[in-house]
Parts: sequence; C-alpha cells; structure tokens
Amino acid sequence: MAVIRDVMPAFELFQPSSVADAQKLLEQHGPDAWVLAGGLDSFDWLKDRIRKPKAVVDLSGIEELRSVRTTGDGIEIGAMTTLTEVVNHPIIKQKYGLLAQAAELVASPQIRNQGTLGGNVSQDTRCWYYRGGWPCYRAGGNICYADTPEGRNREHAILHADRCVAVNPSDSAPALIALDARFVLRTPKGERVVDAEDYFIGPEIDITRLHILQPGDLLTAIRIPSTWAGAQFYFEKIRDRNVWDFPLMNVASAMVTSGDSIERIRIAVNGAAARPLRLKAVEDAVRGKPRNTATGEMAGKLAVQGAVPLQFNAYKIPLMRNLVKRAISGVEEATWAS
Amino acid sequence: MTEKAGSKAFEDVPKAVSRRNFIKGVITSGVAVSSASYLFRASSLLQGQQSTAGVGERLITLNVNGQQRRVDVMRQETLAWTLRYKLGLTGTKLGCDRAECGSCTVLIDDIPYYSCSVLTHTVRGRKVVTIEGLAAADGTLHPVQQGVIDEQGFQCAFCMPGFIMTTVGYLKTNSNPTRQELAQGISGNLCRCQDYDKILTALMRGAENMRRSNLG
Repeated sequence: MAVIRDVMPAFELFQPSSVADAQKLLEQHGPDAWVLAGGLDSFDWLKDRIRKPKAVVDLSGIEELRSVRTTGDGIEIGAMTTLTEVVNHPIIKQKYGLLAQAAELVASPQIRNQGTLGGNVSQDTRCWYYRGGWPCYRAGGNICYADTPEGRNREHAILHADRCVAVNPSDSAPALIALDARFVLRTPKGERVVDAEDYFIGPEIDITRLHILQPGDLLTAIRIPSTWAGAQFYFEKIRDRNVWDFPLMNVASAMVTSGDSIERIRIAVNGAAARPLRLKAVEDAVRGKPRNTATGEMAGKLAVQGAVPLQFNAYKIPLMRNLVKRAISGVEEATWAS
Repeated sequence: MTEKAGSKAFEDVPKAVSRRNFIKGVITSGVAVSSASYLFRASSLLQGQQSTAGVGERLITLNVNGQQRRVDVMRQETLAWTLRYKLGLTGTKLGCDRAECGSCTVLIDDIPYYSCSVLTHTVRGRKVVTIEGLAAADGTLHPVQQGVIDEQGFQCAFCMPGFIMTTVGYLKTNSNPTRQELAQGISGNLCRCQDYDKILTALMRGAENMRRSNLG
C-alpha cells in the first residue's frame, strides 16, 4: 500500500455531542457524509484517497454512545465503547467472557484503546484489491480481481461467494452472534433492533456493503441478553502474526451442557464468507449429542459442506473443520504427547 | 451541540494571527531551532491545502506536556502531524502513518494511542503527553527513559519514543508486570532492528526504576 506522507484531503469535520445531532448532520449531508467512530478503518480509506467524503461526522464526543449498562435482561454496550473497555469490563469478563476474549484478540493494544465495538462490527472488508481502489464488483465495477487464477486470494472466502469473494474481518462479530446479541440502530424512521446475525449481509443482498446500515443510519448499541451468561465459551482466532492481523478465520461458541450431552449451543465463524456465519445446521446436529471428539468431527464436516476453495485458500476448509471441531469438543485432548 | 454552534467559539478568535506568524512566534519563543526546517517544510506543504475552498484552519488550544498550546489545525489533520510540524515536538516519530508500527504512540489522558490515526480536533480538552513531556522540569529523566539508558536497549532507536510512551501508559494499568505481560503490553510497537529482547530488558528495568522511585 502506497504511503502518502502528507495530510489527508480536506473535509469538513463535525463533532456532534448527541445522537440526534449526529443524525441531523447525516441527513443533511446524505451520501457525502462519513461516520467516524474510532477511525482505524476510516483513516486508511481517507489517507489512500480511495474515499473522499465531504463531511466527516465524528461520534467520539457523544457520551450516550460510550457506556456499558446493565438492563433488565443482560447488558447494553454503547457502540462507541472501546475494545479495551469491553475487555476490562467486570460484568462482560464474568458473564459474557466470550466477547472479552474476542475483543482482546483484535489488532494491537493501541488499536483496542481507540477502536470501538460498533466500529469493529461495522468495518469494511480488507480485500486488498478493493481497499487499493481497484474497480471491482464491490466498488461498483464489473469484475473480481481476487477470484482469478493468479489473484491473491489466500485470505478470501470459501463459502457463499457471489461474484465478490471478500470476507468480513471482525473478531467480535461471531462472538456477538454466539451470544445472541441484538444490534440497536437509529434510522431516520426511528429505532430498529435486529439480531446480530441479521446485521451482516452477503454480496447476494448488497455487494457494496457488509452490513445493513444505510446512509443516515447509526448503530448506537449492542444488547446481550442473559440467555448465555456464564455458559461454556470457546473462541479461537487464527492469524499470521499474533498482533495487528485480521483473522484468517475465527470461531466462537457458547454452550450449555447437561451431564455429558450438549443441551444448548450457538456457534459462529468469521473469515469464511462476506458475513460472519452462524452455523445453524451444526447447532441442530449436535444438540443432545455427547460432547466428545466424534461429535466434534461430525460437526466440523457438516460445517464445511458446500465450501468452494479459490486458488490459494483451500487450507481454509480443513481450518474451518478443525476450528468447529475444537469449539465443540474442546482442546483438552490436543495436548502434546511425547 | 452541533458543529455550527461549536464553531462560533472559534470564529471569535481574531484572524490577525496568521499561521506563518504564529509558527514564527513559536520558534522564537524557544522551540529548538533544529526543528525549524520541519516546520517550514510543513508550512509550505500546507499552503497548497489552504486554497481548498471552504476549508481553513482553526485556532485551538491543546494541552500538550502540561502546557496550553495555541495552534492552527486543519480539520483533517492528525495529531502526529500537529505535534511534529506545528508544535515542533519531533520526538514523536511517523513510521507507517497507518496505525501499523507504533512509532507515533503518545499518551492521551494517560492511554497510549497511535497519534498518526487521531484527528487533532478530537483531543481538545484532553491531556496529551509526548516523549518530550516525560522528563522532570529539572531535566531528570523519567524512570523508563533511565532504564533504557542503563540497559542500552535500542539500536537505531527510531522506534524508541513510541516504545517508551507505550510502556509508560501500560505501567499505569499494571505497575509490576512479568516479562511476558510487558511483551503483550508493548506488542503494538515494531522495531525494524529486531532488537526486541534488549528492548524488553530495558523496559523491564524502567518498570523496576519506576516502582523504586514511587517507593522512595
């Protein structure tokens, strides 16, 4: 990526202190507006001159977006709560540790100090053809540069690709899906609450965006119900370096067992498709089954059904199979025998 | 409060202070002369930007290293840029300018941030500390700086200010880290000399110095 050593192109900066004011600004500026949360995704776009918004609306001054509240049933996390705040929050750690684990594996300490939970789930894909400003399907063009025999597609999708083969890069998203979270949106028509898995969309629905936010919409909070509080959690992220890198793939599961058998489970993976995938077929297949290696192996095989590798990412199929297996049967048996 | 209301406060500021005069003022009022070339280089680049219709700079007050600094800042300007090229605080290094190396790390309200990826306008009213702000008024080095000198922790040391600022920030949350914990704490900083082992030894010594100075 070319590094341009000067300031970003000019934009007008707005720093509202309430959600209502932010919405008014977004309405005024329509498609020229850019929502700035932590900025770690935004500044790459702006510095590389790939996106040139006229009006940047900075949400960092909106106090109501930055808190963790306990509600009647669970907790509500403001969208501008930083990942470090999520990691260190006592209730999240104690009851919803799956989210704390996922957030702690994001990027680097400084990025977690600045990056927000709302931004982490709303960030754009990291496909470098797209990020580099190539006129691909996702950018409104008529070709995918990654899905060619020579395309660099080691990081790309193995499931549900539709013209575009980019993947969603979020670590917190699958954890929130496993915890059955709800996303609270403020739209020009009023408040809208959607299930975590429905916040994300694939290219078959809209090839230009990874989530359902339309211009003028804001993600204001994420609610986690107490349904899975204190359940058995598993989160694993596979990446090239232990810092900074986005997941090649990750897996998150929440499970309640009774005796030996799996009573309730939710499981999701990310890095496999353009949206984090809830593995509903796997959940149905393992419910009531004993929590053992055989069940894990069956689940892993089921999870990768229909997977189609590209030239350089076939490794993701056994990777996903094994991650799902480990998320279900655990890794106790994987200790090294010498 | 919308931006429109907020901007009133800045419109009241007399426009008589041009940026160039302001910068000259900063230089004559005691900023190291060696940084002048940076300031003028930046200043000539910024002239081009100013012609963009409707976007000017705004005079704002920043709290940097315990001082209130008045400075003209563009809306799109990053904190690293302001610190280096407007305030002459060139101890903060720009490595990648993409939040991928850590050289530009500064403390904002005691928390380490990549200053290349923070808009200066968002730190109004917050406390910024750079490597220049660590030593005591009498010149006594910060215990972490002293640790680095004691152990000769760096080779070329371009990344050093970032590592030190990250460490100082991390130690505020965990003053007695194990080597492993501190390695995690500073994992958001890169060293191209690959001198990590000695850096970690030096920063561990810094942490120890700090605990000792807090006791004494």
